[in-house]
Amino acid sequence: MSLTGVLRPGHVAIRVLELEPALKHYTEVLGLIETARDPKNKRVFLKAWDEHDHHSVVLREADEAGMDYMGWKVDSPATLKKLAADVEKSKLCQDLAWIPAGEHPGTGERFRFTVPTGHAMELYAEKDRLGNNCGTDGPDINPLPWPDNLKGIAPSRFDHCLLYGDDLDGTCKVFRDVLGFGLSEQVLLKADPGTMIGAFLSCSNKAHDIAFIRQPVKGKFHHASFELGSWEKVLRAGDILSRHQTSIDIGPTRHGITRGETIYFFDPSGNRNEVFSGGYIYYPDKPPLTWYDESLGPAIFYHDRKINESFLSVFT
Amino acid sequence: MPHLVVIENSGERFQSVDGMSVLAAMEQARCRGIPVGCRNGGCGACKVRVISGRYRTGKMSRAVVSVADEAAGCVLACKTYPESDLGVEALGRVLQTGPSRAASFSFAIPRPESPRSEREA
Repeated sequence: MSLTGVLRPGHVAIRVLELEPALKHYTEVLGLIETARDPKNKRVFLKAWDEHDHHSVVLREADEAGMDYMGWKVDSPATLKKLAADVEKSKLCQDLAWIPAGEHPGTGERFRFTVPTGHAMELYAEKDRLGNNCGTDGPDINPLPWPDNLKGIAPSRFDHCLLYGDDLDGTCKVFRDVLGFGLSEQVLLKADPGTMIGAFLSCSNKAHDIAFIRQPVKGKFHHASFELGSWEKVLRAGDILSRHQTSIDIGPTRHGITRGETIYFFDPSGNRNEVFSGGYIYYPDKPPLTWYDESLGPAIFYHDRKINESFLSVFT
Repeated sequence: MPHLVVIENSGERFQSVDGMSVLAAMEQARCRGIPVGCRNGGCGACKVRVISGRYRTGKMSRAVVSVADEAAGCVLACKTYPESDLGVEALGRVLQTGPSRAASFSFAIPRPESPRSEREA
């Protein structure tokens, strides 16, 4: 197996102002599937249909919108121990802690730490498998291509987050040097090419598993993104969002960076969601694609060739 | 009953009907005096100070509207529902400054508070 270490973004925990409208949005409009509730801590756990693991999205009712943390699945308990020790040894992160198994339903112990941009990250190795309702083996052998009874946009998986924070260099160091991510694309200042203002990082064959943009803030959340199989499904997502009168930010359109086809919209607490399709296959030997601040318009929105007012200023 | 909303910074006036929020009514009237962000109480782009009038509010993120803000009439237009004619002043969200500000955004677009600063400039 070549894909080792950190396998993928495994979950994102999002704070919402009111649980019921949020749940309606995430299940009926976005079309995730509820898998567990934790009434004591006002949390609901959800997954996208093609994910086998127990959950990939956690909603928690709170007074502030934004992201609590993002979790990364690693290939084994041994890798979890090794990477936790590596994070500690690097001295780049704060608030190191072990979260006991079971704190998330069906999930093993998690190692939590805060990266220099102020975002809490977790590593974990074990999560119960619920399956994708298409069959895998036994009586279910000969799997179906997709299950019945999907609702709303129904993306196949939680794919990545874009986050805003100040110490981009420090956070990049954690992801590249400690966790083994590759840099697929970057945005540099033309007048000062030593200054990176955007980083798109991959732990897999995806064009990005996480992205950061330098902003003078700590721990801010730009969006959580979910994968669709085709451009036509992105258009259909736009239809569904309009039908539900969901607040749409921009799209459907295309990103220059990662080449994804995209639509951005907001959950009922103002947290931005994206559904997207396309992009390219990333390999670790691919040279990073470099954009400069002067071409940030087409880098972000390839058709409009300018960033909309909300791209840089609206986040939670 | 329709209520008249006046944005003091821009001088724009529009009607809010059927329990529409200040921001929704502004967008429907094709006015632009208050920056539009998430429209859902989370991002703070549409923060206003209510100068005059009665209103009720929906839930707003404490990250952008503190208890003191709310007591001082500083609220989010997207979650503010007029109960009489209303005068408001657009504030926008003031970005926190950090040590790396100088190295961050030579290309940054104006923040939502710009309508006010442009007027004062």
